[in-house]
Amino acid sequence: MAAPVCMEYRIEGNNFMVAGTASNNIKNTLKMLGIQSDVCRRAAVIAYEAEINLVIHANGGILKAVISEDKLEISTEDEGPGIPDIDQAMTEGYTTASNQAREMGFGAGMGLPNIKRNSDLFEIESTPGVGTKLISTVFFNK
Amino acid sequence: MNLKELAELIKAEVITSDRDLSEITVPFVSACDLMSDVLAFCSPGSLLLTGLTNIQIVRTAQMLDLPAVVFVRGKIPLEETVNLAKESGIPVLLSKYSLYEVCGRLYAAGVKPSYVPQPREA
Repeated sequence: MAAPVCMEYRIEGNNFMVAGTASNNIKNTLKMLGIQSDVCRRAAVIAYEAEINLVIHANGGILKAVISEDKLEISTEDEGPGIPDIDQAMTEGYTTASNQAREMGFGAGMGLPNIKRNSDLFEIESTPGVGTKLISTVFFNK
Repeated sequence: MNLKELAELIKAEVITSDRDLSEITVPFVSACDLMSDVLAFCSPGSLLLTGLTNIQIVRTAQMLDLPAVVFVRGKIPLEETVNLAKESGIPVLLSKYSLYEVCGRLYAAGVKPSYVPQPREA
């Protein structure tokens, strides 16, 4: 692969009808590029959980995927309410999701832990009242 | 077990599929109404049994390359759910049995549960 492949999507807040479309595009692109299937699967879970987080918690934001020779980087950036206590948010089972999100089958408090579980590198930075940035990296030959 | 035999076991109606169900193998089953848990705990190739009917069920199946979705308890999926399933080529089956009974019938027939990974050290 010569130049990195970059994909960027503006995700709409609280729109569950289209949530997941961007992640599906990312996943299909990875498949098209011939990336190994377990990496595609991990990437799909990371992108989808991150996209759902933007929809549920952040009133939308940007979802980005950069595919380079040896790795994939999925990142989000939002101007949502931010996360006051990241350690708490990383605890399995802890959730602040709305009833609407729970009715859709989300809000089990598995989102961020699940993103981390599927990442080789995971970074999250959040400032209450300003927003949240998340970067997840998956290496292809690991 | 293939999806055609499986559909017969749970008396399921197939509402979308262009494919020959006997060619789709189901090695594992995951029964869950929490999509967050499906995303965290579902083995590749698992058939998803659920009582939720919204569009994100099919999105989840699409993300994980799940072979098909079975809606239990006689639930009818929403129109957008069926449309996305058609678009993405994911067969949708409806069973009037409860989640418990569908699981029981499939388990008794030897279909394996989806593997639940042990939590990683933080």
